[in-house]
This record gives sequence, structure tokens and C-alpha cells, in this order.
Amino acid sequence: MAKAAEIELVALTKRYGGVTAVDGISLRIPAGTYCCLLGPSGCGKTTTLRMIAGHEQASEGDIILGGENITDLPPARRGTAMMFQSYALFPHLSCLDNVAFSLRMRGVGKAERRDRAAEMLRRVEMERFAERLPAQLSGGQQQRVALARALITDPSVVLLDEPLSALDPFLRVRMREELKALQERLGISFVHVTHSQDEAMALSDLVVVMNNGRIEQAATAREVFNHPATAFVARFIGGHNVLEVAPGPDGTVLLANGAALDGQGAPARARHIAVRADRMLVRRSGAALPLEATVRSVEYLGATVAVGLAVEGLEPLSATLPEAAFFADPVRPGQRVALGWRAEDMHGIA
Amino acid sequence: MKGKLAALALASPLALLLGVFLVVPIGTIVVVSFFDYDSVRIIPDFVWTNYDELLFSPITWKTYLQTLKFAAITWAICLLVGFTVAYFLAFHVASPMMQTVLFLVCTIPFWTSNIIRMISWIPFLGRNGLLNQALMSVGAIDQPLEFLLFSDFAVVLAYVHLYALFMVVPIFNSMVRIDRALVEAARDAGAGEWQVLRHVIIPLARPGIAIGSILVVAVVMGDFVTVRLMSGGQSASVGLMMVNAMSLLQYPAAAANAVVLLIVVLLMIAAMLRIVDIRKEL
Repeated sequence: MAKAAEIELVALTKRYGGVTAVDGISLRIPAGTYCCLLGPSGCGKTTTLRMIAGHEQASEGDIILGGENITDLPPARRGTAMMFQSYALFPHLSCLDNVAFSLRMRGVGKAERRDRAAEMLRRVEMERFAERLPAQLSGGQQQRVALARALITDPSVVLLDEPLSALDPFLRVRMREELKALQERLGISFVHVTHSQDEAMALSDLVVVMNNGRIEQAATAREVFNHPATAFVARFIGGHNVLEVAPGPDGTVLLANGAALDGQGAPARARHIAVRADRMLVRRSGAALPLEATVRSVEYLGATVAVGLAVEGLEPLSATLPEAAFFADPVRPGQRVALGWRAEDMHGIA
Repeated sequence: MKGKLAALALASPLALLLGVFLVVPIGTIVVVSFFDYDSVRIIPDFVWTNYDELLFSPITWKTYLQTLKFAAITWAICLLVGFTVAYFLAFHVASPMMQTVLFLVCTIPFWTSNIIRMISWIPFLGRNGLLNQALMSVGAIDQPLEFLLFSDFAVVLAYVHLYALFMVVPIFNSMVRIDRALVEAARDAGAGEWQVLRHVIIPLARPGIAIGSILVVAVVMGDFVTVRLMSGGQSASVGLMMVNAMSLLQYPAAAANAVVLLIVVLLMIAAMLRIVDIRKEL
């Protein structure tokens, strides 16, 4: 097995004509990390992945893998292997020949490459399907074959371009578990591009949130969720209420509608605050909370209930209440309620 | 019952068309091929003499061989040219707009009749034609090149000129359907340019190659005008044999030859279809 290796991106930039797709990003991915590049479409995450893979030439900057500068090496000589969106299995070749493809390109003899491909198929539990064509497989099976094809080159990094987007929701969760288990077993790094925050949070050791060709935050999932570095991250990751604030007198912060809140926990120069939706306090009207709100919507989600709230002069807010707590004192759309949060749950963002 | 009638009604226009324009004419040719004839008449009969005379004449065999030779050479050159052009259009021209423009440029020769296109080679290739004059004036040759016109070379040249597009179109059509991610996946697995071509593009373009091959082989096997014009009467083809027979009013002999040619071409196409499955392309 190839050794796990650290990836380092140094001021990596990609321009297409006048458009900058990736804007001088720097990132260190330790060896053996499951890293997700997360962001909306067009944020540069796929371009970054393709530059690491060597399918896109970097305009500026360097890509270092295991101490070696691989920026200008061809894809096959980098120690990376890519798994493509919708897998790109060769439709005219059997699963076994798909997996053996790179060995064939390197001139490995027929018997040896078939043995090694069969071994790799066994590892992803696809040996029974060795002679099938890709079109005769389900999406999940195709993904396993694609993984086997990527792993047979003994890469120190596997690059996955939206690997789960072609699957139906149930299979997506199952393949997600398989990916994570495989990465842990192999001990090499996986870099996984996705626009799904659930996927990123479930899989990652390192979540890299990207927007407009830049990295907004690179941290563990928990850190990103509890301490979003920017308003964009807090909004994109979901589950947060993000409000613009201005500094008020005596260490208070002022909301856009003029309400003054205890500014504890928010740095003085914070321009936004983020409050997790599950930390919102919703009480009967008249309770001692700083805001008055109108219930806009109530969505029953099983374990929780999502309550949409409107406060005059503020962006729409939402609160996630545990099912039992909600039904202990239910609210209906149109009802007036008191709204607030503990000062320590308020997180200031520059 | 009503559904069945509707289905029959829907199928009938095509059935009628194929019946009138395909089955009846071929049936007629098969029937006539068993007729007897003398120098002025066709005599309805059932005789094998037409096939006897055809199949046991060394001239027939020589002519079939000559026609097959033309078909093989033309096929090989058309394949090379057609594949190259299609590959360039599909993989090296980035914008779909430019692809369409260049594709239309390929069809320009088809804007004039193929007879005119053939005839226009004559002043170019002739003994005192443009090419010979140009070569002599730059001192490349002392004597005019004789092989340029009224030769097998001229026949093949005209065929390639006429039919290369028949190869370009289906191969291009196959190639644009190849997912670009497959090419990248091959590169990712360490394939060089030639390996990508050999292991990914050619296998996936095979249906297009097969369709183009069928078109080219079928038209060359049945051709007589090109051979007559470009060989100056020095080469023969199966089509020309039939034309000659008809000009002598030996229609049953020509019909027998047509039946044999039809069988030969069908066998060739069947052989090609055994190698390549084109169904998914249609």
C-alpha cells in the first residue's frame, strides 16, 4: 500500500480568461484525513479538486504531496487517483477490465493484472460482478467498481468529485458509510467535493467551506458548526440564524430593528451574530425575552419541530424545538410569541 | 382487436412504401433473372443459363475481384481520412459552434452533383492538366505523369472525394457521444494519447465506423459512373458489366448479375454487423 501523505496547497489559483475560479487558496490536509470541499456550485471546489488531480493546470501556486511538488506532473504520476462524478466507467469493458485498466496501460501482463484487479474487486465486495458491463450494475455497485479502479493505482490520495450525487437518498447514506469505513481502513486521505452540508459533516475530519474561489473556513465539522468563521459559513452550513449587528453602548450589541442585547460572547467589532436554531428560546408572549415575534410556519420533522418566525425589522428567523418541548406548549402560525437566546449561545462573526 | 387494427393502420404507410419501392422491384429483378433472351427479345421462362454464364465466366470473377479491390482501397482511405477528420472535429474543436461550422464546410463538395465533381478532376489531372503543368514548371518532373487520369488511381481518388463524408458523419456522431470524463479517467489511469485512442475512443467509435464502412462499401460495390468516367474505360466494375449487358438488351443477364451482387454485398454487411453491434447507435 502507498504511504499516506500530506497535501499542501500554496496560494493555488486558477483563472479562465478574466474569470478567477480559484483565488489563491492555501490549505494543508494532514495524511490520512477525510477532507470535504464544501460550497455552492461555482465556488471553485471542483476546480480545486481537478487541479490536485492534474486534470486542470494551475494558473499560479503549488500543490505539494508528501513533500513533492506535483503541480506540473501528469495525472498518473502524482500519486493521486480520481473518482469521477457519475463514475466514468468504460462502458465497453467489464468490471474486471475497468479495474485493470491502469495496469494494462502500464504494460502489466494479462494474468497478473487480472489477478490484482480481481483482488481489488474482492476488497469492495464486487467479485461476483467481475464479468458484467457497467451498464448492468446499479449506481452503488458502479461506485464500488469506480473506487476499485481508483485504488488499484495504490494512490496516497483519492479524489472524489461529488461521488454520491448520482445515487438515490437511501443509497447515498449507505455509500457514505462505506466511503468513510474504507478511508479509515486504508488510512490514506480522501478529498471529497460536495455541496451537501450533511454529507460533509457526516464524513469529514476536515471541512473546507469555499465561496467565490476562496476558503471561508477549514476546520473540523464540529468547529465549523459551533464557531462558523463567517456569516457565509453560518448560512451555508444551515441550522443557524444570522443577524447583522452594530455595537451599542455599555457592551451591548444592537440588532437591525434597534433592539439592544447583552453583547457577552460577541467581540466588539462583530458585524454579525450567529445563533444555532436549536438554541433559540420560544416562549408565550409576555415572557421576559428581548424580542416579540410572529410565528410564520410550523414544520413537523419527527424528532424536532421547525418554527419559522418573523420579527419586525429583522431577517426571517427559525427555531428548532425538540418534539416533546414543542407539544408541551404548541404554537400556531399567526400567533405572537416572545423570542430570545442566552448570551453565551450568541456567536459573534466579524 | 381495435388496438390491433390501429397498429396495422399505423404500420401500413411504411409497409406500402417498402412494398412498392423495395420488395416489388427486387422481386421483379429476381424473376427476370431466370428469363431467357435473344438479341431482340426477353422470353419469360425459368432457366439457369443466366447464372451459368455469369458464374462460370472468368471475366465475372476478374471484375468482381477488381470491384472488391476498389471497395477495399476506398474503404481503407475513407476510414483513415474520415476517422481523422471526425476525431479532430469531436475532440480538438472546443466550441460546438465551430464544430457545426467546420462540419458544414465538410459538406461543401455535396453542394454540386457528383458527376460534375468527377468531371472537374479531368482538367486538373489530365496529361496537360493543371497538376502536370505545375509540376513541370517547377521542374519536379520532365514528362507528364500518365497515371493521374484514366487509371485506377483516378478512380480511387474520385471515390474518396465522393464518399469520405459518408465515413466522417457516423464516426463523428459516435465520437460526440463519448463522455469526456472517460478520456480523463483514462488519463488518470496513466494512458497516453495513443492509448486513449486505442483503448477508449476507437472501441467506443466502432458503431460509427461500422455504419460508415457499410455506406462506403455499398456505394462503391454498386458504382459504374465513376469507374467509367475516371478510368477512361480501362477498368471494369460489376455495375459497369450490368450497364453493358443492358445496352445490349440482355436484361435477364444484368438481372442475374444484380442478384449475385446483392447477395455479395449483403454477405459483406452481415459480416460487418457480426463484428460490431450498431443497434445502440440507431
